[in-house]
Amino acid sequence: MTFEPSARVESVPPSGIRRFFELAEEMDDIISLGVGEPDFSAPWAAREAAITSLEQGKTAYTANRGKRELRERIARYEAAEHALTYDPDEEILVTAGASEGIDLAFRALLDPGDAVAVAQPCYVSYVPGVTFAGGEVIDVPTRADDEFKLTREVLEAAGAADAEALIYCYPNNPTGATMTGEELREVAAFCREHDLMVFADEIYADLTYEHEHTSIATLPGMRERTVVFNGFSKAFAMTGFRLGYAMAPPEAITAMNRIHQYTMLSAPTTAQHAAIEALDNCREEVTEMTTQYDRRRKFILSRFNEMGLDCFPAAGAFYAFPECPWDDAEAFAEALLEDQGVAVVPGTAFGAGAEGHLRVSYATGMAELKEAMDRIETFLA
Amino acid sequence: MSSRREILELLRENARYTTEDIAHMTGESVDDIESTIEELEEAGVVRGYQAVVDWNAVETDEERVRAIVELNVTLDRETSYADIANRIAKFPEVTSLRLISGDYDFDMEVEGDSMREVSHFISNKVAPIPEITQTVTHYVMDSYKEQGMRFDDHDDDERLSVSP
Repeated sequence: MTFEPSARVESVPPSGIRRFFELAEEMDDIISLGVGEPDFSAPWAAREAAITSLEQGKTAYTANRGKRELRERIARYEAAEHALTYDPDEEILVTAGASEGIDLAFRALLDPGDAVAVAQPCYVSYVPGVTFAGGEVIDVPTRADDEFKLTREVLEAAGAADAEALIYCYPNNPTGATMTGEELREVAAFCREHDLMVFADEIYADLTYEHEHTSIATLPGMRERTVVFNGFSKAFAMTGFRLGYAMAPPEAITAMNRIHQYTMLSAPTTAQHAAIEALDNCREEVTEMTTQYDRRRKFILSRFNEMGLDCFPAAGAFYAFPECPWDDAEAFAEALLEDQGVAVVPGTAFGAGAEGHLRVSYATGMAELKEAMDRIETFLA
Repeated sequence: MSSRREILELLRENARYTTEDIAHMTGESVDDIESTIEELEEAGVVRGYQAVVDWNAVETDEERVRAIVELNVTLDRETSYADIANRIAKFPEVTSLRLISGDYDFDMEVEGDSMREVSHFISNKVAPIPEITQTVTHYVMDSYKEQGMRFDDHDDDERLSVSP
């Protein structure tokens, strides 16, 4: 016999970033602005807590929903930082990264054929995730003219009213766009009017520079229809720990946990010990990293503007999303890589609305960032 | 954060940042950055700009020796800590000098081309100062971090070059 991928798997094309990863891997001495993770190491106290937990032999499964101690800390943290109140016993599920939480939500809360409105450009996993769950995707391309924010017009034009759910990510990967509470009100009203579930990916919530982050679940009538995803990868620079969490009313968390308990059983135990320490004692490191990202953000936006590259003022995450000076962003990114050894990712890897843009990550040290911007300037000259 | 403090932090991070770089990072104008740095220099807040050197990485046969020296002193009515410090700090061999709390009074750092040169300096120039009652010399064997900069963090970025 031979293994044949299922039709569902066959229908999902390889990730658009895969090709660029392979191209970049073939080259030596590149400066990569293509990374979607912090350049900082996880805070030392969190790493030490992980080591200590191993020394003490705390290597067994935890409760399916995650250690209660961690769920309590998450509840406290979300209440203090994002005005979100969730019951640690029934409304929080600790997952192997926010990505697992999103996958669980798709599979647990969608029926085959259900449509999901996907705000794009977006993280590369949403569209395949909906497909793997048997759902249908409704592309909701946001526009550079709207600073890549969701609006009622954009949702209506895309036919999102027919969807069962809306998924978005603000602050956004790949654009760096954010949405204020006032702007989210319009989205919330649309979702209430058309009875949509909302899957709010807030993994970059703490990396918001121009204004306070607002979760849509804090707006009237939204908590009961929203699943919020967050995790430790971005703000705490703990990507390799693979630890995230989902927050939602009990019926959603119970359904998601039903899949989680059969597939993951529980999120990595060592990572949960590290996460407890991170929430207790590593907030200063988060502030310091955020200060550094903000400086780099200002630097990169200012340099792009000086080069004449149109770049809207990204106010969150660690990405800039300038317009590509060539018609073909893939050809540009490839030529920049070959000519100057600088890796950026063409926006097309991130779905509808991303054409003609480049994702430029500033999760890299200032010296390298400066060198990379000089090389891009040389390339454009 | 005040702009002066942020500029100082950036200069401490990398004194070779140009005024343009700092302007880009802070959102201030180049003129404002230039004038603030001038003010900081004139006010004696910024005392100079130096490179952080890992001498072990310098390919040379010349020996470079550094020593941390504990100094104990005795004071009288006419002599203060500052008086003694002024006398010691004028020696070019002394690269840093701090009054500290604890078992000894001054923490002095000395540099020289050889252990012999450093030893001679301490015994012939520093120890004879009347107020100095004791010197204890610690030679630096290796250096792992200087002025906040680690010397062992080579290019070990293990992240994927492109990731989601």
